Amino acid sequence: MIAYIGSFLILLAFLNALLLITSKPILSKITADYESIILSSSKLLFPLTLFSFICLIFSFLLDDFSLRYVSSNSNSLLPDHYKISATWAGHEGSMLLWCLVLSFWTFLASIYSRNLELDFRLNFLTIMGLLNLGFLAFLIFTSNPFEKNISIPVDGKDLNPLLQDFGLIVHPPMLYMGYVGLSVVFSFAVTCLLQKDFKPEWAKWIRPWALISWSFLTLGIALGSWWAYYELGWGGWWFWDPVENASFMPWLITTALIHSLITCEQKSMFKNWTILLSIIAFSLSLLGTFLVRSGILTSVHSFANDPARGAFILLFLAIITGAALILYLRNSSQMNDKTSFTFFSKESFFLINNILLVTATFTILLGTMYPLVLDIFGLEKISVGVPYYNAVFLPLMIPLVFLAGYIPILFSSSNRNLKSQAKYFFISFLIIIIISFFSISLFDEYNLSIFIGLFLFFWILLNLVYELIKKIILTGNIKAITQNIGMFMAHLGLAIFILGATMVENSKTEKEIVVAVNEKLDIKNYTFQFMNITESEGPNYTAVIGHFKVYNNGEFLTDMYPEKRLYNSSEMPMTEAGIDPGFTRDLYITMGTLIDQDKWSVRIYHKPLIRLIWIGALMMVFGGIFSVLSKRKNINIGYSS
Amino acid sequence: MKKRTARIYYISAILVLLSVLLFMFIKTFNDNLLFYRSPSQITNAEFPENYVFRVGGVVLDGSLIKSKNTMNVKFTITDYERNLDISYTGILPDLFREGQGVVIRGKLASDGIFYAEEVLAKHDETYMPPEVLESLKIDETTLQKTTESMKVYK
Repeated sequence: MIAYIGSFLILLAFLNALLLITSKPILSKITADYESIILSSSKLLFPLTLFSFICLIFSFLLDDFSLRYVSSNSNSLLPDHYKISATWAGHEGSMLLWCLVLSFWTFLASIYSRNLELDFRLNFLTIMGLLNLGFLAFLIFTSNPFEKNISIPVDGKDLNPLLQDFGLIVHPPMLYMGYVGLSVVFSFAVTCLLQKDFKPEWAKWIRPWALISWSFLTLGIALGSWWAYYELGWGGWWFWDPVENASFMPWLITTALIHSLITCEQKSMFKNWTILLSIIAFSLSLLGTFLVRSGILTSVHSFANDPARGAFILLFLAIITGAALILYLRNSSQMNDKTSFTFFSKESFFLINNILLVTATFTILLGTMYPLVLDIFGLEKISVGVPYYNAVFLPLMIPLVFLAGYIPILFSSSNRNLKSQAKYFFISFLIIIIISFFSISLFDEYNLSIFIGLFLFFWILLNLVYELIKKIILTGNIKAITQNIGMFMAHLGLAIFILGATMVENSKTEKEIVVAVNEKLDIKNYTFQFMNITESEGPNYTAVIGHFKVYNNGEFLTDMYPEKRLYNSSEMPMTEAGIDPGFTRDLYITMGTLIDQDKWSVRIYHKPLIRLIWIGALMMVFGGIFSVLSKRKNINIGYSS
Repeated sequence: MKKRTARIYYISAILVLLSVLLFMFIKTFNDNLLFYRSPSQITNAEFPENYVFRVGGVVLDGSLIKSKNTMNVKFTITDYERNLDISYTGILPDLFREGQGVVIRGKLASDGIFYAEEVLAKHDETYMPPEVLESLKIDETTLQKTTESMKVYK
């Protein structure tokens, strides 16, 4: 019964979206009321999809195995909170979540667009409706989560054990909030193209949406990385896996976008470029969806392969992106875009920022798509190795990060005297070189990568903190810094992230080794003693648990319990890492296999400063949010000018 | 006139720099491509010795030999036409089992054994890596029967 209601609501949402997109072109000729139809139907999408989503959650909680989606992703023994998260653990449910998030953004766009010109607003909402329609059609015709089983199974197949985890509960919704938030930016850009105009106030209107989407994307990617770290059992935090790249590319472009929007707003420049970035950002999130959902990639995200789904998304991507780009080619030249600017200006540095970010995106796109294209044409089956990404991506990021530590200072200070600026630049450069040189001796490893990483960390940290303190002292008022606090936080987050990533990649210790009970192992100044193996029963699995005692410089530190689980209904084995987290380092143990009586193969890792990776990412997230909050007061957009 | 010559130098310097960067980029890209072969596609002397590439196939039933002291394992993969012996030192993925599709990165030695650096099995028990599935020399229904019979046998 609940499933029927859910199905029905989705159908209603679809019809509602149909109404929304036909109002402007067709209904407007019949009735004068079409405006209120657009405004109310764009708001109505959200409750309809939400209640449908709730119906699916209840189908899971009530173990309604007559639904194919429920029976293949849940089991009566599954704990309740995983039953809820299983709602978006498979393909169909996660597409419903996608539709839900899209309708939510449409709802917000409908509310907060009140102060836009009416005609502009109606076009904008119509385009949002078009996107909703496309995804609802995809859901109904290729991936209906409410589809019935032909015969009702006694029990469900169970949720993939890897996904029975807190990380999975939060990672997809956050990532989708980011992906789909870009649809607002996209629709806005396309509307600008339709109107052949892009006013500076509009840049001010769109920037919070881009910033919030960017924050969610950052959070979603960071959560995914964290989840992969503790759940996959390899202790890595980034693998340059095509699926990760799929989420990273829109992130890079959105990063470029939030910078170019500043120039758009302040100097009325880069208008066409910003519109192009908006289109590319959302197209890349659609591409990401296609890559992840079509099953052409092998990863934890590809559940079942269904070519029809891939074809649908690819077609949708082609239509949406193609139409937007054609519109761009036709109309962009008619927007008056000021292009001349002096070399030594904020604009030219933002241009460099954008060029670096777009180039980086392109290199990742090439590494991700080239193997797929070769495969589609049946030429060769290849994959691109991790060293490619490191060799190409990192050199592009070094100048970018360097700029992130200096440009905010250069143009925020009142002192525009070139000579004293140059003096300050060289002095700080020298001091920070010396500081990095001395601090490298704190670590037990020395190489150029660590030095560059440390230098960039101190470069951003010291320059920005110096600037903040100077501002407070000069004005004698803490409030002076609130205007740019978001940017400062995000850039400092970047610095912290770089420190963590540099240290963990250059100074980690990883051992794969056979240990017998009671045997001791030394890694750095830690000693691991393998005590015993016990067996235990979980709610829906059985486990063997290893017990390790850890000593630091001979003193007892902690007990660690890595597990090896076997899930009852799927008979799937799973490694549950034992982690002793710490600010300066993580200790990480996973059980391998039984080699002989009382002898196991294990992985033992020492990961210095790995937490900083996610702490840095979190700071970026808060930076994005603060940036929106601190600017909110002085947003006064509209058609007044 | 002088200004124009300066500009020519300027532009050609940039062009040279760009082409050097492009060349380095393409070289890095090419150096890091990993080719995929199924056991029956492996021909002699296609790749130089110690060249890293990937192979894939189904782990032959009963072929897994574990060492009693070390992490060394030996097994055979097949595409149902030809077999390939694999040697690996390290911890196998959780979902590694006989009858399962795997993708392996490593080097082919002159003794005909493929020395694995990394073994990948997929995150889902019913899931066969697409490149492996495609290269198998039997059709899908036969494959299903074989893997099913293996499950019963276990």
